[in-house]
Amino acid sequence: MDKGLTLRNVTISKGGKPLLAVDHHIAPGDVLTVMGPSGVGKSTLLAYIIGTLAPDFSAVGQVWLGGHEITHTPPHKRRVGILFQDDLLFPHLSVGANLGFGLLPGGTAVARLAKVEEALDEVGLGGFADRDPATLSGGQKARVALMRMLLSEPCALLLDEPFSRLDATLRAQVRELVFARARARALPVLMVTHDADDARAAGGAIVTLGG
Amino acid sequence: MVRLVTYRRALPFLPVLTLLAMLGPVGAGLIGTFLPAFGHLPAAGLVGPSLDPFRDLFGWAGLPRAVMLSLSTGIVATAVSLLIVVLITAGWSGTRVFRVLERMLSPLLSVPHAAAAFGLAFLIAPSGWIARLLSPGITGWERPLDLLIVQDSWGLTMTAGLIVKEVPFLLLITLAALGQTDAKRSVTIAQALGYGRLTGWLKTVFPRVYAQIRPPIYVVLAYAMSVVDVAVILGPNTPPSLSVQIVKWMSDPDLAMRLQAAAGALLQLALVMGALGAWRLAELIVAAAGRRWIATGARGKLDVIVAQSALGFGAASALAILLGLVVLAIWSFAGYWGFPDAFPDELTLRNWMRHGPGTLAALGETALIAVTVASAALLLTIGCLEAEYRYRLRFGGGAVWLLYLPLLIPQTAFLPGLQTMLLNLGADVGRVPVMLAHLVFVLPYVFLSLADPFRAWDTRMGTIAAALGSSPDGVLWRVRLPMLLRPILTALAVGLAVSVGQYLPTLLIGGGRVATLTTEAVALASGGDRRAIGVYGLMQTGAALVPFALALLIPALVWRNRRGLRHG
Repeated sequence: MDKGLTLRNVTISKGGKPLLAVDHHIAPGDVLTVMGPSGVGKSTLLAYIIGTLAPDFSAVGQVWLGGHEITHTPPHKRRVGILFQDDLLFPHLSVGANLGFGLLPGGTAVARLAKVEEALDEVGLGGFADRDPATLSGGQKARVALMRMLLSEPCALLLDEPFSRLDATLRAQVRELVFARARARALPVLMVTHDADDARAAGGAIVTLGG
Repeated sequence: MVRLVTYRRALPFLPVLTLLAMLGPVGAGLIGTFLPAFGHLPAAGLVGPSLDPFRDLFGWAGLPRAVMLSLSTGIVATAVSLLIVVLITAGWSGTRVFRVLERMLSPLLSVPHAAAAFGLAFLIAPSGWIARLLSPGITGWERPLDLLIVQDSWGLTMTAGLIVKEVPFLLLITLAALGQTDAKRSVTIAQALGYGRLTGWLKTVFPRVYAQIRPPIYVVLAYAMSVVDVAVILGPNTPPSLSVQIVKWMSDPDLAMRLQAAAGALLQLALVMGALGAWRLAELIVAAAGRRWIATGARGKLDVIVAQSALGFGAASALAILLGLVVLAIWSFAGYWGFPDAFPDELTLRNWMRHGPGTLAALGETALIAVTVASAALLLTIGCLEAEYRYRLRFGGGAVWLLYLPLLIPQTAFLPGLQTMLLNLGADVGRVPVMLAHLVFVLPYVFLSLADPFRAWDTRMGTIAAALGSSPDGVLWRVRLPMLLRPILTALAVGLAVSVGQYLPTLLIGGGRVATLTTEAVALASGGDRRAIGVYGLMQTGAALVPFALALLIPALVWRNRRGLRHG
């Protein structure tokens, strides 16, 4: 139980009414898929894990990551990465600067640039460092967002309907890429989706919330 | 590091500090007005309570007329400008004509009241530009008519001056409110049911829009009833409006006159409160009439004519400001300019040479005050909004009224009291108190300008940045503020323009010793030196206009390679 992401008796309620309850361990390299119709509180669970739960919700239960409890750690110290359905690249930064934002501090400027370039190469976007993110295609943006997250060396990865904005062919490609990178880094992954294909492709356990 | 820590500790208290900066001077000023109004002014050796100040006030023969002027100019100016704006929006929103109007808004808004008033005076006076253009060819006038148009005793020109400046302001806030209502679809549905565009808009969209623009309308009413600079330039002299008379009494060397001024200030406050109450009543009556009108099912036969005339009035008010600036510019370069001539005999730099040094000194003072005040207001505003976001504070509907409160209390009601109080405390009048007084009026506008875009920022950006290991401060400085560069600079420009345009706080709290472009320009009103007024009016307009231009230009340059921020 030491490694991986553990949700211990997590219950989230709104206005006194329980919304959802999860008790699950995700081992490194595994994927847990949370399914359910919209409005059931799937994203609320993710907000609880990264520490940005809105004040009108209340939650009990613990979140453990890599053997440490992070239930009350500030969001920026939890080392939990997240990808949303929108790429959310910072529009004021170049593609390279977006990646540099994610990259852990330390190292000379030259070494950092090299790491950014290497990350771009890894997803077939070599030479894109100076581009304006707004000029990229949907698939390219998704890849940059993924690499930005991975460069921050998270210990777990949360996916909030991450592929629902992509068209069918791109969707399979990006999905493949995300799961492959997560497995390569032995990250526990929690994915929220209402798409059965996503759940199947993830290949891990499936929890269905609500109806 | 130390600085960072104190800043973080200060953040939760910024909302309180901001409220204090806004409401503290208002409260202190009202107390400082209240005491002398009842005969208590230790600085002049007077100890109250006594009703003498009110007895003196009501003994002044000009009072009924001054009170009438305050009521009539304020209510008529507010009602007419609201009517123009509502009918233009109803008849034209979504059309190309409307988009042209929207584009003209910022420059029209940033022209200070005083400059617009001077421009209007130079246009419509018997010896103004319009008379010159028509004479002697059409009118046959060889010399200006002996007719009191500017400073007419009914205050009509003053009302017109207020209308031309309030139309762009009300249009701006109506546009902001429109963005939050589903106006387009409502009008489409109404049109499909056979309603004209204007009638359909009035019956379906207007009630929602009005509910949102109510506070700024009240601000316009309170302002128009108690304005001083426009009244000095365009309003009647014998007697002047109540607010102008209060300022005259305040500047009387006889300290005892301050008691009468304080009593007048309380009367002014009561008048504004009474007018606001009456306006609220009128709202209910109009709403009831509107419901009956909706029930009749009338489709709107007069839509086209009403929309055309509203557009005509709106265009005329915009033209009055723009042509006013043109005629100010001509006068500032004019050599000899005899009456019926449409243009001066020669254009010269002499006026600028003569008044240049004076305007530059005043510009320096204006800029120093405006930059300090607007920056302070921006810092407090960002601090408040960030504290609201970080500590998840929720402000109810009442908080909005707190923001509007300093704008609803007439300036003439509390600024005289604030000055008296400063004198009593032995505090020196001068630049720093003037800055604090400006802050009272600049803060609400900066806050109202920045709050919506700040709150509309996609907070998932903050979540992502935090997940990437960025601290709350890091998110603010490295992500949120850069992304909001354009609205931040716009809010700063709004703050600068508001500060540049302030007349009464500068005059009263500065004790006449702080000379800004606005106080200097208004002081020229009585002398009638049109060339000097042209120079000062243009400088004043420039001081307000240039920041707006920069607020457009800088983000466009900084983010020229960032398409995602171009319309954000």
